[in-house]
Amino acid sequence: MNNKHHMGLRTLNRVSNTAIYILLIVISIIWLIPFIFIVLQSFRVESTYQVGYVIPHQWGWQNYINLWNSDFKRWYLNTFIIALAAAVLVTVIQLCMSYTLSRFRFKLRGPLMRFMLILGMFPGMLTMIILYRVLSDLGLTQANAVPGLILVSVASSGMGYYVSKGFFDTIPKSLDEAARVDGATRAQVLYKIILPLSKPIVIYTILTAFMGPWGDYVFARYVAMGTSAGYNVAVGMYSWLTNDQIARMYTTFCAGGVIVAVPVTILFLCLQKYYVEGVTGGAVKG
Amino acid sequence: MKQYSDLEYLRLSKGQKFTYKLGSFFAAIPRGIGHFFANIGKYIKNGVMGVGRELGDIGSTFVHGDWKTKTSFVVMGFGNLARGQILRGLLFLLFEAVFIIYMIFGGAHWLSMLPSLGKVGPSSEYNAILDTYTTVYNDNSFKILLYGVLTIFFIIAFIYTWRVNVKQNKIAEQILKSGKKLKADKDDLRSMVDENFHATLLALPMTGILVFTVLPIVFMILVAFTNYDGSHNGYSNNLFTWVGLNNFNTMLSWTGGTGGGQSYSATFGEILAWTLIWAFLATFTNYFLGMGVAMMINKKGIHLKKVWRTILVMTIAIPQFISLLYVSKMFARNGLINLSLMDLGWIKQPLPFWEDATWARVTVVLINIWIGIPHLMLITTGILMNIPADLYESARIDGANAWQQYRKITLPYMLFITGPYLLTSFTGNMNNFNVIYLLTGGAPTNPAASGAAGSVGYTDLLITWLFKITTGADSQYYLASVVGIMVFVVVAFISLVVYNVLPSIKNEEDYQ
Repeated sequence: MNNKHHMGLRTLNRVSNTAIYILLIVISIIWLIPFIFIVLQSFRVESTYQVGYVIPHQWGWQNYINLWNSDFKRWYLNTFIIALAAAVLVTVIQLCMSYTLSRFRFKLRGPLMRFMLILGMFPGMLTMIILYRVLSDLGLTQANAVPGLILVSVASSGMGYYVSKGFFDTIPKSLDEAARVDGATRAQVLYKIILPLSKPIVIYTILTAFMGPWGDYVFARYVAMGTSAGYNVAVGMYSWLTNDQIARMYTTFCAGGVIVAVPVTILFLCLQKYYVEGVTGGAVKG
Repeated sequence: MKQYSDLEYLRLSKGQKFTYKLGSFFAAIPRGIGHFFANIGKYIKNGVMGVGRELGDIGSTFVHGDWKTKTSFVVMGFGNLARGQILRGLLFLLFEAVFIIYMIFGGAHWLSMLPSLGKVGPSSEYNAILDTYTTVYNDNSFKILLYGVLTIFFIIAFIYTWRVNVKQNKIAEQILKSGKKLKADKDDLRSMVDENFHATLLALPMTGILVFTVLPIVFMILVAFTNYDGSHNGYSNNLFTWVGLNNFNTMLSWTGGTGGGQSYSATFGEILAWTLIWAFLATFTNYFLGMGVAMMINKKGIHLKKVWRTILVMTIAIPQFISLLYVSKMFARNGLINLSLMDLGWIKQPLPFWEDATWARVTVVLINIWIGIPHLMLITTGILMNIPADLYESARIDGANAWQQYRKITLPYMLFITGPYLLTSFTGNMNNFNVIYLLTGGAPTNPAASGAAGSVGYTDLLITWLFKITTGADSQYYLASVVGIMVFVVVAFISLVVYNVLPSIKNEEDYQ
């Protein structure tokens, strides 16, 4: 009886495991298929518009050559510069902010955090209109959009302190206190004790700050305002999929997608460990 | 509503417990709102009393202070300088000098123009040398509003600094009287990396937020009370000016608009309703399905955990605009899916993924699941692994099946930990511009709302509508700004209600 019961459980377990495997395989296919399609279509030569099949009849590099001959190079460079600058500056600003709010108990801390919470409830897009006018007065729009975009994306990045604050909250405060007793200043505590322990969150912040600008569409479009030299990849490639362009540029878009996605994805997969740590450690606490 | 004690509650049946909980949730809402207004009242009372106290303190400092202190009331930092705190004194003095110079050479002008936002617009004037009429630009409403707000900020900062200056004199006198020494400049510099290190660290980020977020938001709130739009840009065509609550009246008016015949308030209500439905569906489909995937991967006996996870995580790395735009075109009328289904002969007409309102809304939610699950899978994986294993062990011994274990252990635990995340995710989805705009651009167009600004579509959220208004033909910035304020009100209301109900946010220090 007892034995039979066990047998039943084991078969049940095997059945459910098989079902899970099938589900996971289906899920993996659904999640990967669009990306496989993009890669395949980027090598299609016989036509440049959307077709009803996936595997090209005629393979070739033509779409990548088109890409090289278009403004894409400039857009790519623009985005890369913005991403690089953001990775450095956003990281510094966000870590300053989150470390301070996690570690120090000063009079204005509570009001400051509440204030930023309320500020965050306003749609950020609202600020675009005025920032565009101000940037354009400074000559940082259209062809000069890159420094303007860097300025704007860096300046308010302190608001996104939540994830890294969650991380700093998990480092025991007794470490700081021990160092303070030994006569370290607060700055020394940061450089000598906390930073060496914070590698995961530093890498996480750099990674997310670097990846952000690759997908930035709204503000980039607003600031570049129709001047191709100031586009980033998102704005530029979006213009290829408008109704009058898509028949000509669809496969080129796919090639561009591959060129944009591959380096970012490789970087991401290399640093995946830190990303997972950051998301699971900090994001939930809010 | 009847309140039960703990013991009475336990005696209730399942259905009664549920209705009780639901009832108390909604009963808490008016109480929460009541608290909110009571708090506002308290803040105002405290504020008035605080100002009174400060004024009293300033007065007594002046009356009892020595001549150094008294001079400091006019020449900021004089007391510091006279008492040997050169660095502090110079900073105060410099700030006062900059303030006075700014006010004389600009501030006063901007401030005086603020009530009218400019009097003389651009005009055509006869140019004798060129023998033609040329346009002369005069006042600039945009600059007046911007610098006017900036000047007010500056004045507030000046008053605050002046107050600090007075207080420092008082404290310095007390310290000297008690026979102790004042802090030297060296100590002040040292404190910047020690006890005042937080101020050093916050200086740069807060300046950025102040200039690039606070100032623009204050500006845009004010724009809601003006007629700033494409044809009143305040400079090269027409000046704009204050219009009071007119724009709010337009947005909330019940009378029919032109063209489509639907009033603004109906259009706004429709978009708001869809925004809330969308945010609810997007948040909870992702949450439960993501948790489901995480649980499948976590299950004991499932191999290749790392592979499954990596496949899903990889899709996070690919910039959203590529995946969203690509998928959007895939579902288009002449996209891959429709074309291949027609080639296969399964359908005769293309499926109206983006042409029909209901189809478009469902498709958007489904594609959002595709976008969101990897993220949720990651977040929930960590928490699921943190649930103490002995909870499940004892549940199994008591004979609970998998579903019961999920209902009684996993779900309550997850909801407790991820409560705050769900809230931010909900409000984030309300403002999820990328998914909607890149997938549909708001389409299909809503013909009934054609009278409203910015060609409203059935999948438009408030945030995409806002964007369309600003980039539309007339760029009615004032309406965009009204919509923005409405979004804030809705988000703030929801957050307030949820914060008062959720247990896990209440005490931040409990977490650490």
